[in-house]
Amino acid sequence: MQRNPQLNANGELQHLLSIEGLPREVLLQILGTAESFIGVTEREVKKVPLLRGKSVFNLFFEPSTRTRTTFEIAAKRLSADVINLNIAVSSQSKGESLLDTVANLSAMHADVFVVRHASSGAPFLIARHVKPHEHVINAGDGRHAHPTQGLLDLYTIRHYKKDFSRLTVAVVGDVLHSRVARSLIHGLTTLGTPEVRVIGPQTLLPAGVGSLGVSVFHDMREGLKGCDVVVMLRLQNERMTGALLPSAQEYFKNYGLSAEKLALAKPDAIVMHPGPMNRGVEIDSSVADGPHSVILPQVTFGIAVRMAVMSIVAGN
Amino acid sequence: MSSALPDAELLLPKLAAELKPRLTPASAMIGLYTGGAWLAERLHAMLGMREPLGLMDIAFYRDDYHKQGLKHDPKRTRIPFDVEGRDVLLVDDVLYTGRTVRAAMNELFDYGRPRSIALVVLADRGGRQLPICAQYCGAQVQVPEGMRLRLKRAEDGRLRLELERAA
Repeated sequence: MQRNPQLNANGELQHLLSIEGLPREVLLQILGTAESFIGVTEREVKKVPLLRGKSVFNLFFEPSTRTRTTFEIAAKRLSADVINLNIAVSSQSKGESLLDTVANLSAMHADVFVVRHASSGAPFLIARHVKPHEHVINAGDGRHAHPTQGLLDLYTIRHYKKDFSRLTVAVVGDVLHSRVARSLIHGLTTLGTPEVRVIGPQTLLPAGVGSLGVSVFHDMREGLKGCDVVVMLRLQNERMTGALLPSAQEYFKNYGLSAEKLALAKPDAIVMHPGPMNRGVEIDSSVADGPHSVILPQVTFGIAVRMAVMSIVAGN
Repeated sequence: MSSALPDAELLLPKLAAELKPRLTPASAMIGLYTGGAWLAERLHAMLGMREPLGLMDIAFYRDDYHKQGLKHDPKRTRIPFDVEGRDVLLVDDVLYTGRTVRAAMNELFDYGRPRSIALVVLADRGGRQLPICAQYCGAQVQVPEGMRLRLKRAEDGRLRLELERAA
């Protein structure tokens, strides 16, 4: 049997590439460790010496200020040295040049590579070629996965709702193009969430999405009924120009989260969004800034979750 | 073998009696997970200390992370008082190499600058690798080669020392 490329021979997390295929125990270890790092981030000295002397390379082949910044803060709070590289690559010069880049950085004694790449699978390719003491963390690859975002979503849900075993979670919007949605759905299923719903227009839901163990709704009002958690996805503007959607106004009317639609969920439902938000497209400002919103706590938790992931992989 | 070990429940009141006259208005207590936390909970209650008890997991300050990694979920350190200017009683179950205590002192200083730190342990088994000693010690215990001395807590909350084979 082929070993999960993320785990070492002892079943410990060596790289974080995708939530898919990670055992429940590993997910719980990450969430538990993150909980302890929350304590560190609330102190006056927000730093621990764990990764002192280690180098974390942020390799961003695709721009993302927010994700890069949270990884940078997380690495610095672990006392690592952080090197940020924004590498714009032309679509022709991937493949070999990607591995060449990594080989060069490896020669500079990298310990952890945080990789964001427009091509699905790029972090897997890198993980296959790094030395045993080097670790790869996927910070988003194509449409495939964004495991630290999925983990911070799981952390946020656990923080507010404690127990996954009674929850109904709705993921709303552009599931088709969302790596966030995939990572989250795998995590929710692994942690025993009984009901995961995806809500969106046919054109923005992947074919065969039902095989992920979710129920599918095209009517948002129907899908929101009785939900404990509502995860809104970002509608990328470029989708508007294609034939997938009529207009932003039309989309908001059907799939935008307004206070009136949110009222169909449970009274204590929480609203999440991975950011950056399109106010008035997938979410109304009154909801984004309202009492159900946990969108900013998600960002804070994200730092602790990334500290947990880095310190676990770098130690294995 | 275990019959030779001192009774933790008898050492507790002895330690408390020793600590009582030394408490100052600035005294506060921190227990180290897991055994030290159990011990500290008991001592803290027996002494009726004013400041709430602090609990610390030194996982993020261990000196063997580069060899061992993070093997289990660390507990969250919670220090519910301002460390600045305190007389801190650091409580652990067993004092051995001294490495845990060094890590705990490093972590503590990231919370503030205490006026003093004193170390309280239930048992000292010798074998120090660092210049650290306990100011308050329940008992000296001889531990055979290849064995570990650990504090256990029964369902009813009673504490007892136990020998087990070292991993």
